[in-house]
Amino acid sequence: MSTPPLTPAQTVGRFLSLGLTWPDGPHVVDPATTGAIRIGGRLFDGQGHSVSDGLIETWQADPHGRFPRAGDDATAFGGFGRCLTDASGRWEIVTLKPAPLPAAGEGTEAPHLDVSVFARGLLHRLVTRIYFGDETAANAADPVLVALPDDAARATLLAAPVDGGYAFDIHLQGHQETVFFAL
Amino acid sequence: MDDAGPHPPYHWPDYGSTRWRAPRRPLMALPENLTEVDGPVLGAERVGEYDHDLTLQYGGEPLGQRIIVHGRVVDGDGRPIPDTLIEMWQANASGRYHHSGDERDSAPLDPYFSGAGRTMTNANGRYRFVTIKPGAYPWKNHRNAWRPAHIHFSVFGRAFTQRLVTQMYFPDDPLLPFDPILASVPEAARPRLVASFDLDASDSDLALAFRWDIVLRGSGATPTERLAP
Repeated sequence: MSTPPLTPAQTVGRFLSLGLTWPDGPHVVDPATTGAIRIGGRLFDGQGHSVSDGLIETWQADPHGRFPRAGDDATAFGGFGRCLTDASGRWEIVTLKPAPLPAAGEGTEAPHLDVSVFARGLLHRLVTRIYFGDETAANAADPVLVALPDDAARATLLAAPVDGGYAFDIHLQGHQETVFFAL
Repeated sequence: MDDAGPHPPYHWPDYGSTRWRAPRRPLMALPENLTEVDGPVLGAERVGEYDHDLTLQYGGEPLGQRIIVHGRVVDGDGRPIPDTLIEMWQANASGRYHHSGDERDSAPLDPYFSGAGRTMTNANGRYRFVTIKPGAYPWKNHRNAWRPAHIHFSVFGRAFTQRLVTQMYFPDDPLLPFDPILASVPEAARPRLVASFDLDASDSDLALAFRWDIVLRGSGATPTERLAP
């Protein structure tokens, strides 16, 4: 069977909020859920300006290492979060901290969220990961983090513990540029 | 197998907004583990009754040429992707977005058209929207810069690796050769973003049809092959 050629990506453009706004998007779980945490931060460009027309999407396992399935209670943990950035580049989701996961082959991945970044000026999504800065032992054994060139690169993927959750800024460019992944 | 890079580079000087937003450091490798081969389940609860027909959403007839945009969502192995959410958004017939950031008063807003739609693919991966042909619009990227008519599409597929946001263009649009955003795609892949005119699927009383298939990369694993805790 011949395989069809893949469809290329294009930018979300300036008017992404018209098509991609979900009022409940930032709530991976109901904020009243036991153990709910806030993860948020700001999105910056290479000049240090906030990106006010961006979209952050997150995808993760639940605290038991399980991913949602078709037929699950749609009001429970959905695993997927979506938040447009505001005028100051700020975004925030409400979620549960995921469990570590088995990696293919051997090893264990530290708790993490996969992240897609969309914005005007990004011709294709950028993919990064959020790890938790207080998971020192798990992070030290994580195969993705270990493969990064140095601690400065690793540090860009560590969310800092703050009251009620974690802080995670994303820098598209510049001396603090976040590590992005090829998928 | 995925073909070698259908996607645009991040750094594309002809598109000015990439200058301070494209990362400069090399992308790192990310193995396809559980988080990557799984993906969100976004069901029909996200889709309202008229979300697939943008001409019926506001209790009056929008201005412009009615069109049907339809096609299939398949993966890189040619398998249809059923029950997956598609979101789309576009300018109106005048080339104006229903968005506070689009203040081009020479192109009027249409009270009967917002330009946002959603639908789910059916069991065979098929989708269908009824809408208005969007107008071209100027965008100040360079002298006399005009975006060709296009519709933005957002597709999820079954896996995080399949997530795609892109734009669909129309055949025979004289602006296509001049658009730096379309030109950012490798030349051989550009025609994949251009819909085909589809007379057979047109509705003789209502609308011209365009067909556009969306091909997402292989998901790496079928749901039953996934590691379940």
